[in-house]
Amino acid sequence: MSEQTLTIRDATCTFCGCVCDDMHLTVDVNAHKITKAENACVLGRAWFKEHGIEERPFALINGREASTDEAIEAAAQILAQARFPIIYGLSDTTCEAQRQAVAIADMIGGNIDTTTSVCHGPSGMAFQAVGESTATLGEIRNRADLLVFWGGNPAESHPRLFTRYAVTAKGMYVPNGKKDRTVVLVDVRRTQSAAVADIFIQVKPRRDFEVLWALRALVKGHSVDPSIEAVTGVSLATLEDLANRMKSCRFGALMFGMGLTMTRGRHFNSGALLALASDLNAYTHFVAKPVRGHGNVTGADNVVSWQTGFPFGVNLGRGYPRFNPGEFTTVDVLGRREADAAMVIAADPGANFPQAAIDHLRSIPVIVLDPKPTHTSQLAKVAITTATYGISVGGTVYRMDDVPLTLRPALPSPYPSDEQVLTRIKQRVSELLGGNRVPELAPDSLAA
Amino acid sequence: MSMLRIVNGRIYDPANGVDGEVRDVCVAGGKIVADVAPEARRLDASGLVIMPGGVDIHCHIAGAKVNLARKLQPEDHRHDVHPRTAITRSGVGGTVPSTFTTGYRYTLLGYTTAMEAAVPPINARHTLEELHDTPIIDKGFYVLMGNNVLLYKLLEQGRRDDFRNALAWWLSASKAYTAKLVNPGGDEAWKGRRNANITKLDEKIESFSLTPQQVIGALIEAVDELGLPHPAHIHCNNLGHSGNFETTLETMRIADGHRAHLTHIQFHSYGQVAGKSSNNPTSRAKEISEYVNSHPNISADVGQVMFGKSTSMTADAPLAYMLARFGGDKWVNADTEHESGCGILPFTYQDRIYTHALQWAIGLELFLLSKDPWRMVFSTDHPNGGSFMSYPRLIRLLMDSEFRKQEMAKVNPRALRQTALADGLDREYTLNEIAIITRAGPARLLGLASKGHLGIGADADITLYEEHEDKERMFGAPRHVIKDGQLVIEDHEFRAHHEGRVLHVAPDYDPAITEVIRPFFEDYYSIRFNNYAVDDSYLGRHERVPTAKQRATGT
Repeated sequence: MSEQTLTIRDATCTFCGCVCDDMHLTVDVNAHKITKAENACVLGRAWFKEHGIEERPFALINGREASTDEAIEAAAQILAQARFPIIYGLSDTTCEAQRQAVAIADMIGGNIDTTTSVCHGPSGMAFQAVGESTATLGEIRNRADLLVFWGGNPAESHPRLFTRYAVTAKGMYVPNGKKDRTVVLVDVRRTQSAAVADIFIQVKPRRDFEVLWALRALVKGHSVDPSIEAVTGVSLATLEDLANRMKSCRFGALMFGMGLTMTRGRHFNSGALLALASDLNAYTHFVAKPVRGHGNVTGADNVVSWQTGFPFGVNLGRGYPRFNPGEFTTVDVLGRREADAAMVIAADPGANFPQAAIDHLRSIPVIVLDPKPTHTSQLAKVAITTATYGISVGGTVYRMDDVPLTLRPALPSPYPSDEQVLTRIKQRVSELLGGNRVPELAPDSLAA
Repeated sequence: MSMLRIVNGRIYDPANGVDGEVRDVCVAGGKIVADVAPEARRLDASGLVIMPGGVDIHCHIAGAKVNLARKLQPEDHRHDVHPRTAITRSGVGGTVPSTFTTGYRYTLLGYTTAMEAAVPPINARHTLEELHDTPIIDKGFYVLMGNNVLLYKLLEQGRRDDFRNALAWWLSASKAYTAKLVNPGGDEAWKGRRNANITKLDEKIESFSLTPQQVIGALIEAVDELGLPHPAHIHCNNLGHSGNFETTLETMRIADGHRAHLTHIQFHSYGQVAGKSSNNPTSRAKEISEYVNSHPNISADVGQVMFGKSTSMTADAPLAYMLARFGGDKWVNADTEHESGCGILPFTYQDRIYTHALQWAIGLELFLLSKDPWRMVFSTDHPNGGSFMSYPRLIRLLMDSEFRKQEMAKVNPRALRQTALADGLDREYTLNEIAIITRAGPARLLGLASKGHLGIGADADITLYEEHEDKERMFGAPRHVIKDGQLVIEDHEFRAHHEGRVLHVAPDYDPAITEVIRPFFEDYYSIRFNNYAVDDSYLGRHERVPTAKQRATGT
């Protein structure tokens, strides 16, 4: 029995943006199953233990089984012939695969965008407007004596954010863990996360911006009218208390979720929060951190940024990168029915995009790379089965705080990795485009 | 690899004592060789000046802070796009270009090696991934060790052997080139004492029974003992503050005969007017220059300020915060656990502003007062003092005193009067001296025996410039650039893709040191010790540059 059991120590879980790298995995080699995932949270345990190498076709073309080779050829033909191809997803794959995806977008003059555009994209835009005071999770663990969670429910979405990095974790200057910290939760409803909070502040829906702006005023010593309570549902006394706590802590951290970025106000909300954290540095040390969802969405932001200069929503149609959220973000490109081909990697827009965007996806040739059948793979012309990163594929991922980690895959897979498939698609597209790789530029198109 | 005979060019190869002679240069197998077969391709270099490829000893081009600065400034990219061609990738420029554009644009200026100057070891993988996407040039990075909490603990306990072994482990684990110190002692005050800083070298560091003096001395000594090809690379305390020249002199004295490299020393050469209520800086370039001139163990790069848009990005977080409060523009702070701080902001140097004009003039003073170009080398601390794209202009400022006078007439006259420039410092750098400060000197300071010269056995990294009266024009667009023997740029156009090498060290250490480091990781790091060291797969093409001992023993 023991020779059929494999142990992988310090493996990395890519289920969420916490990217915990202390998983001790037990693998039943014969059954192709991970039977134990020590240190994993409830989400991580499900991620590892429910993963099986299924008997799936290597690829489907128009719903018929095909080989990976045939699917790569079909994908390359689609991309080489398209006039406005888009590439989307990338948040659940390795940086090595992401680099190939951007290279293809560059080669075909396509659009490159990631799931950031539908999660913390507004935080990325707010960052470009006001900057950000931030820190690695280890810094928060070792130093933060005030934690403010805003517009998110980590207890259910990122369980180990509380236990490994922030709330109960013991650190160099907070040796007693939670006893040495004050925890505040701000949200529109009382979630599971309220259980760890010393203070819960309930904000009226769509009033986060007003609360954040009032806090900025209070921190700077301006007066705020008591009518703030009628607007936001939070009393002036509560806000004054929070402002005082934030100014008088030694090391404060604001960690925020999509409750801010995907509700009314979007990048204004993120911007107000980032500005509040920056303002507080006039009084004490204060940082902010968007709590990122997917295992390597942070890697996607980094790769797209270093290769194109911009984090998401980038169009290469003119032969150089242009960035414009709202124009080159995928929901918008599809909603305007501009794209004439799409390649989706490790994401499922067919499940969660607005109907108009999904309708357009149905009308164009779609290529999907995914380990599992998805809504998008079902509407795809070419669906390629790839191995799961972190479980069967090695490579690099970035934690939500930009710390890069190398994966330790546990289970072999018969399927190729995203990187392998994308590299071959790139090579084939390059052959198909031949000397015509460089698009003809309109005379005025170099004027930015 | 192809063979090449370059004929009729005027050669500037100061490391081999060649100053403008016309002779052939032969290339085979990516190296300079004595001769090549008659059928080798001939490249006619009539009217061209031939130099070794440029070597940038200090710039910020890859890694976490650079990428934050890139993301931060879409406005800096959109006016300066870099379209793709059949053999090159697209990208964007501005003060913080995308990775591919960085590699291409260095090459377009005739540079073939550049060293990223500040990387927290926990982010080494990120830096290596970006360097892999930075084409053509050879590259490496310096790893931040001057605020490392575990090293502080070992030093505090007087465990000098463990200190040196841990340093060697960190350099090897991160695939770095040397140890970098930035504002030693400052991080603890910044993170732990409500954004304070440390201002004196004998002041106690927050939470430790240590002073910056001890940290600086210990790191200089340990790097020397390890025999790294390049010494400790030091960003002194009090950068940018009036009166900081005393700190700089004190730091150089701490070296006490050991080798030390002081980076962007212009930013550390400021005096202050005694008794004046104004805190405006004055120039102390003379004192700094005299000290460097007379101490052969010390080397420096200038860190020239160039007027226009720059991006401040530094591990010196308190400094960035101070600058951010002047301008009120967007500001980034990023703390890295136990290793570093970081601050980033857009910045514009303006010729009419007293302080900016003074900084510009002090940089020029340092160049013009230097008596040993091999030890006072060229840099703008890209993109802090200005983009590397401004190098040709800076070369013209050094070579052309008429042009310098014209430029001096445009800047704040009150600042200029403070400096030796006002006394009619009319030295002009020669082509030979430019070859020293931009390639031969940095290569020698980096301990890169096969770079910065054109002797037999050297890497065939060669730049061919068209001679021109206007030196900015001449150095702004070489006709041909050869990397590892390959003509990557011919007649101003890219002809080939090339992947440069990562230059790194791997000093020997006592393996038992990992059992000293591991428990600290388990208690205080947010990633596992087993997942920390960077494996060789991140190196791509690479070259391990030996330590003195490894060279002596051939290991």
